[in-house]
Amino acid sequence: MNSERMLAFTRKNLKQIVREPASLFLVILFPVVLTLVFGISFGGIGGEQSAVYDIGVVTLDAGTYPVWALTFVDALDSTEILIIRRYETLEAAQNDLIQGSVKAVLVIPERFGESCTSFVQAPENPALWVESTVDLFLDSGSMFATQAIPPIIQQVLTTLIAGEQPTVQLPVHLGIPSLVEAESLTVFDYFTPGIFAFAVIFLTMIVAQTFTVDREKGLLRRINTTPASPFEVILGYTISNMGLAVIQVAVVFAMAFLVGYSTPAGLPGLFFAFVIVMVFALCSVGFGLITASIAKTPGAATGISFVFIVPQMFLGTFVSVGLSSVAQTAGKFVPSYYVTDALTSLLLRGAPVTSQTVVLDFVVVTAVSIGVLMVGALAFRRYGNT
Amino acid sequence: MRNHTFFVMQKVIIIEDLTKRFEDITAIDHLTLEVPKGELFGLLGPNGAGKTTTINVLCGILAPTSGKVMVGGYNVFTEPRKVKSLIGVCPQDTAVYDYLTGRENIEFFGHLYNLPQETLARNSADLLQKMELTDHQNRRVSKYSGGMRRRINLAMALVHSPEIAFLDEPTVAMDPQSRHAVWDFIREQKSQGKTIILTTHYMEEAEELCDRVGIIDYGRLIAFGSPAELRQKYNAENLEDVFIQLTGRRIREAV
Repeated sequence: MNSERMLAFTRKNLKQIVREPASLFLVILFPVVLTLVFGISFGGIGGEQSAVYDIGVVTLDAGTYPVWALTFVDALDSTEILIIRRYETLEAAQNDLIQGSVKAVLVIPERFGESCTSFVQAPENPALWVESTVDLFLDSGSMFATQAIPPIIQQVLTTLIAGEQPTVQLPVHLGIPSLVEAESLTVFDYFTPGIFAFAVIFLTMIVAQTFTVDREKGLLRRINTTPASPFEVILGYTISNMGLAVIQVAVVFAMAFLVGYSTPAGLPGLFFAFVIVMVFALCSVGFGLITASIAKTPGAATGISFVFIVPQMFLGTFVSVGLSSVAQTAGKFVPSYYVTDALTSLLLRGAPVTSQTVVLDFVVVTAVSIGVLMVGALAFRRYGNT
Repeated sequence: MRNHTFFVMQKVIIIEDLTKRFEDITAIDHLTLEVPKGELFGLLGPNGAGKTTTINVLCGILAPTSGKVMVGGYNVFTEPRKVKSLIGVCPQDTAVYDYLTGRENIEFFGHLYNLPQETLARNSADLLQKMELTDHQNRRVSKYSGGMRRRINLAMALVHSPEIAFLDEPTVAMDPQSRHAVWDFIREQKSQGKTIILTTHYMEEAEELCDRVGIIDYGRLIAFGSPAELRQKYNAENLEDVFIQLTGRRIREAV
């Protein structure tokens, strides 16, 4: 490995990004514009406003402890994010949901109060709990509502039953558990972890484009006549693209905070979030190399790169919540899912760097990224270098 | 390790019974050739005759089907990096970075050869001056004319002052002034003791520059000698007549 050659490749590729408007747009301006638009639309920029959602509530609990249901609804109302509309029947509520008048319908079950009381009476003995499920119907046409509403309700429910003490088990279930500080967050705050992962995904296209254009112009062949080894060439391009990713993610992070992003994460959490995204950038470079190995032309590279970009975008970033359960399960097979999951835990839930979820996600992202990069490098050396 | 023939006979390029096939096409057919140190050797032939394939094999970017190739005393396929540090290659199609300036293109390739900064700066300035590109050195290559691009293409190949230069049709599509400037430059390189392998379609160019030429057709070497020897042997007025006699008048396209 020769440091002068690495540096030469890095300088050259960075000049390309700065001097070619299309590359500059895709790598820097696109994620910046995306963050800016989301921040302005759904964040707190220009004031303290948060998104507000109308939700319908149907209370079926008329049993021994009706006060629980009343308290729950009042707590939901006090979030200032949810505006509660009470309905007598599920049909009426669902009719408004279909019409788009409300974004979600919450059904408090018959034994809700009994269930809550059973927890209070024996918080550490689940065998004595009365189980119940709060049904939630979401407006599938509102991607943002489906993203934001479930964690808010989960948070309110958890606080109602267990107080401020975090608990892993409750007798009342919602289905999508998430421990978030509902009162202080905006939709943009919910989306931002996924946006950070999203920004790096497009590196795949840049890498594939760079290699295929250089190959089409005969530049890779020309470089192959010099003492630079294929390993140095690939490493040189990888380092330069990682440098690019650092700039890209730093700019997107900065832009997010500029437009009002807030997070309970401290400096260690933010730094670790940055590290995870950087590791994920290696994966995008690997996918780019695989794409460049398959694609014969830059045009084909653009098309093929979407084979890697689209699943990661839809199944593993901010776009994924609100998709079908099948799609959400499929998300577990794309690396971006684990990046978003780790960032959500770190930045949204304020989880410590050492928490089990974050560590596991990091291990998965690292292993997959190294694997994909190695496969990409070998494939490119074998099939794509000349 | 450099082989014995290199030191004793000063044979810089040795091609023995080289064959290169692409599926059912034989691009090089049992080619045997030797080029001594300091010679300017012309490789001539119609389109698709196998000239560029031969250059690509000599540079180590194409593996031969059979045969042996030594460049600068090293086996191209067992010691490719040693060969690559000795050679400079000017490809037939201009391979330049459009988003870099002329100087940056030259310097980028200089860095790939680990040239010290001082040497790189001196060589780059020298090449830019000889290619008459000094005034345009800080313009991006995307703004260059076709002739300027070809001259930068050539300069990039020679930034590290290679012992052996492979110039694949370096003057194609150049205007007469540019072509003559490049000829002067190639002569100067030869005068410095460099071995140069030149492919060209211009017989006048081969006659003007080359010590010896080899005419290949269908991958086979069909004539070999100095331009004067070939003119005499085939009783021709010039090298173009020799070429036509040997390869015919039929128009061919590269496969």
